[in-house]
Amino acid sequence: MCLVSEPGAGVKSVSGSTATPVASVADEPTAGATSRPQRKIQRSLESRIKSGLGLLVLLVALIMPLYLDNALMTMGLAVMAAAVGAIGLNLLTGVAGQLSLAHAFFIAVGTYGYAYFSGSPGGVATAYGGLELPPPLGAAMAVALAGLAGLAFSPIASRLSGIYLGVASLSLVFLGQHLLFNWESVTGGANGRSVPNFSLFGFAFAAPQPGETQIILLNVPLGRNELLWYLFLVVLVLAYLFARNLLRGRPGRALQMIRDRQTAAAVMGVNVRRYKSAAFVVSSMYAGAAGVLLALFLRNPTPGSFGLILSVTYLAMIVIGGLGSIPGAVVGAVFVAATPLLLNRYADFIPLLATPGSGGIDAGTLAKYLYGGAVVLVLLLEPGGVAALGRRLLSTLTGSTRRQKERAAAPLDVSEPTVDSTDGPDRGTSHPTEGNRRP
Amino acid sequence: MSFFLELLINGLSVGAVYALIALGFVIIFKATEVINFAHGSLLLLGGYVISEYTRELGFYVALLIGLTVAALGALFIERVLALRIRTADSNTLAIMTIGFDVVLTADLVRRIGVDPRSLVDPWGAETVSVGGIRLPVTRLWALGAAILLLGLFFLAFKYTKWGIAMRASAEDAEAATLMGIRRGRVAAIAWIVAGLLATVAVVFLVAFPTPGLDGSIIPVALKAFPAAILGGLDSTAGALVGGLIVGVAEQLTLGYSSDLAFLGRGFAEVMPFVIMIIVLLVKPSGLFGTRDVSRV
Repeated sequence: MCLVSEPGAGVKSVSGSTATPVASVADEPTAGATSRPQRKIQRSLESRIKSGLGLLVLLVALIMPLYLDNALMTMGLAVMAAAVGAIGLNLLTGVAGQLSLAHAFFIAVGTYGYAYFSGSPGGVATAYGGLELPPPLGAAMAVALAGLAGLAFSPIASRLSGIYLGVASLSLVFLGQHLLFNWESVTGGANGRSVPNFSLFGFAFAAPQPGETQIILLNVPLGRNELLWYLFLVVLVLAYLFARNLLRGRPGRALQMIRDRQTAAAVMGVNVRRYKSAAFVVSSMYAGAAGVLLALFLRNPTPGSFGLILSVTYLAMIVIGGLGSIPGAVVGAVFVAATPLLLNRYADFIPLLATPGSGGIDAGTLAKYLYGGAVVLVLLLEPGGVAALGRRLLSTLTGSTRRQKERAAAPLDVSEPTVDSTDGPDRGTSHPTEGNRRP
Repeated sequence: MSFFLELLINGLSVGAVYALIALGFVIIFKATEVINFAHGSLLLLGGYVISEYTRELGFYVALLIGLTVAALGALFIERVLALRIRTADSNTLAIMTIGFDVVLTADLVRRIGVDPRSLVDPWGAETVSVGGIRLPVTRLWALGAAILLLGLFFLAFKYTKWGIAMRASAEDAEAATLMGIRRGRVAAIAWIVAGLLATVAVVFLVAFPTPGLDGSIIPVALKAFPAAILGGLDSTAGALVGGLIVGVAEQLTLGYSSDLAFLGRGFAEVMPFVIMIIVLLVKPSGLFGTRDVSRV
């Protein structure tokens, strides 16, 4: 279930399914590797392990709400919402190589879009409006709005070279927060606003009203959190599958090529500007979807939670999980989103932890040490993140040697010696020539 | 009119301080092609160390310690990044600096606590009147110090061996290496200089009339990013011009905020970013930046 990019793609052309022009170039080095039948067997074993692992994770995710307590349930919801957003950012930053710090802004668009489109007017200190549309429509419109916001920014995004974009995207976060604080008729200002419950065809994802029948699954009555869990899980699986297919198809190859060699991509007939804009729009829509989930989870979003630090946590997720890897983004989301909540929960059991504000190391600060430190260490020691570790573990298990693997997944510029020890071109980070590129 | 002049001088003074930060940012980029997102936390580091020692040892000794620690901190980050600089692209290195920033900021904010700290600088809350305009003395000192440092830097950049080495390696890294320029050393010095400039900047950023040093200095320091970008990331003169534009625009927006109420409360905070977006729409490489041209 969780094949990622190049190594998987190598299989495909051997078995002869996808043969886009771009793909065939990337796969050329495979010709000289081991004999084909042998590799095919190895691959299928690998992919069987992968899909088995994926199904196992899914199964665990399905039965978890029946056993977890409420605090852990909330954590799970936070993790799944973050995972959707992280997949989106990874498509942009990991796959297409566009550094963006604006993710928090697009998430906020999704959150407040949904709250405004489907919510009802209210507010105590500051009055805010609401269109009271059906929640599925409101959610879809919120996602579309986030996409439009991405499209509006894409004239800047597609013109700027990578690193300028990183800093320019900073501005969206600051402008966005300014807007959130001041556009009180939509956002409720600093006090935040209420978010309507989600409902689908008359079925409400909320605690049942008195008199309503409650769904009971294996002796566990399903409350709001349990129902939301399944809703979030469906959204996450859809988001995952969509991103995976995107990555395996022509768009994914084109984006990776833009990341690795923009000029070469243009020469190969990839419309660089259009693809960059499209990546920005898709990633914004993912952020919008994550924002809708976040709205349902937070219930009363306030502008303060959509600052630069939110964007940074999403970057941390995709770096730790592995730039360019879809399952990696999910793993990273679990690590970054769950750590502070877990630390808070077990704060009493961890020695040296102080209460917030006392000057000692509190749980929030410790969580920042952990994920900030993890980002540096990952990029230093294993730039492919957890995903690369997983791939290596898998190839050890299935017995394919490193040598074969390296040859099978050799990067485009085979003539240049690779200094670092990653495998495969989808490490997304290391280019021997990049260091001495002309300004 | 005198109100406008007051705002203008205030803006130039704040802008000169932004220019110091932006200049550090730009020389790091020129020497190593790294966007240093940890710049804000380096600034906080310098400020924190000064605030720790200023009561015991006096301001100037504390300033010296602060400069040293910030320079060492910058050097540490540079050394770690250097381990990967050959193989990683600029996005990866930028994300690494974000990692450093998260850890360093979290730690320093925790140490500083909730109350803003004073650096006990020798200028205090004095003001002077010049031709009917009342200005805090700190603002004038900021302007003077910034002009002095910027002037020294530009002279050094033009005439010293390091300046020539740095310009050469920014121009063509490979050729510079072949000419015997040690890029590692050039990079290390660039980071140290950036750390020093950031520490000088923090002294003036938290002096009167601002409340003092706490975590809220980070968003202020981030305004140097638009300054550096709108001037052009690889242009030292651009950093100066960008800093001044950002400072003046911000102070004017602040001063006339009652006339600009329709833009929302606190618009001065985002004004630098608005200007940056407008400039980038017209000139994607900033006002003085070199255009990124690829020849096929």
